[in-house]
Amino acid sequence: MRLTLRIWRQHGPDEPGVMTTYEVDGISEDMSFLEMLDHLNEELILGGDEPVAFDHDCREGICGACGMVINGQAHGPERTTTCQLHMRHFTDGDTIDIEPWRASAFPVIKDLVVDRSAFDRIVGSGGFISAPTGSAPEAHATPVPKAVADLAFENAECIGCGACVAACPNGSAMLFTSAKVVHLNVLPQGGPERESRVLDMIDTMDAEGFGGCTNTGECATACPKGIPLHSIATMNREYLRATIKGGQRRNS
Amino acid sequence: MALATRTERSPSLIGSVWRSTVGKKTIMAVSGALMLGYLIAHLAGNLKVFFGADDFNGYAHWLRTIGAPILHHGWFLWLVRPVLLAAVVLHGITAYQLSRRDRAARPHKYVHQRQRQSYATRTMRWGGVILTLFIVWHILDLTTLTVNERAEEGHPYENLVASFNTWYGNTIYITAMVAVGLHVRHGLWSAAQTLGMNSARSDRALKATANGLALVMTCGFISIPVSVMLGLVD
Repeated sequence: MRLTLRIWRQHGPDEPGVMTTYEVDGISEDMSFLEMLDHLNEELILGGDEPVAFDHDCREGICGACGMVINGQAHGPERTTTCQLHMRHFTDGDTIDIEPWRASAFPVIKDLVVDRSAFDRIVGSGGFISAPTGSAPEAHATPVPKAVADLAFENAECIGCGACVAACPNGSAMLFTSAKVVHLNVLPQGGPERESRVLDMIDTMDAEGFGGCTNTGECATACPKGIPLHSIATMNREYLRATIKGGQRRNS
Repeated sequence: MALATRTERSPSLIGSVWRSTVGKKTIMAVSGALMLGYLIAHLAGNLKVFFGADDFNGYAHWLRTIGAPILHHGWFLWLVRPVLLAAVVLHGITAYQLSRRDRAARPHKYVHQRQRQSYATRTMRWGGVILTLFIVWHILDLTTLTVNERAEEGHPYENLVASFNTWYGNTIYITAMVAVGLHVRHGLWSAAQTLGMNSARSDRALKATANGLALVMTCGFISIPVSVMLGLVD
């Protein structure tokens, strides 16, 4: 199939960027979206042009490295990561707009690559548990009810790709942060840091310049892992509980 | 070396709430809920207009006698007013600050725009501005009677009919009541989400409550100017 691509090209973090049009031919509908971009890049390199920079790693939808806004939708028209989006979801002759994640907390490094280290700093401020080192504890020493384990796992599925931030009209990281907070706060292992975790992670999220939640629901629609919108409600509940309790921050 | 045994003091409750985005939204949710509660009572009172001038004026008089004899005439209303004013002001300030922050967090618009959010969600900010202006107009119209030309102090029923006999009175009121419905539709569910009351189980029930209440409020309030226009209330 033959496609017209309009791609955001930006040489460096402080350079101005522009949407640039490319024509690609010979695209198979079995190609993934990233393979289609590989195809374009091979042609660009052969023609002496600079290839389009984009993030990718596992290419099987589990690492969270890839991500671009395709026709105004984070990760494109299917509810999956960009690497698992296949060209059969487009038709011959389509024009496809490809843009980087847009948020002030995710500055563009080059072309479609953005700096998502703000997520690392949010996780670093509380997305962990304290456990004694040494031999592994007996697995059944701490019982976890099935429903709680399922809830924790549903939230643990977050791969930190940033689609929620990209889709949110406010560039808010509430869905990401809530997935991390809920994942650990519902488990007994996360109990000792239950208050400090939510307080510190929300503090860091605010400090990184993410916007607030206006409950548009765009994030949960874009999330390739299906993190539910009510995880945000659960995080808000945890925040209020910790605040009323006068919970300590570890990072203050 | 002696170990410190005193527990650390947490930062003040109000300070930490005010500094965080989630805390500010809590303030928005609580102040919004307060105003919504008032509005429901206000609607219930207003609908007395359909039982005639005596009922309506009697109700207006009763409002001033609530809490008697411990509260003096009209004191109850004066106790409620500062609370409502504080709710409006806090709701407005937090909305303004959060909106500024939201805009700064997304400085670049996407070239490929898609309209996805519902109309109620998109119009929360402008709807809020319309409602603020309406509150000012409404107080000048029916409380202080400044802009209501044929109004007389102490005759709320007649003043209401006078206001709804003007085209601008009706236009302003009906526009604002549509804005109220849209604001409540997104706002009630959002407040539940912000206060952590939403869950997978209650999501649909909450959305249905928000939509139902929004519809009841808009239709309920609008029924009054429409009835005046149709001559059912005069």
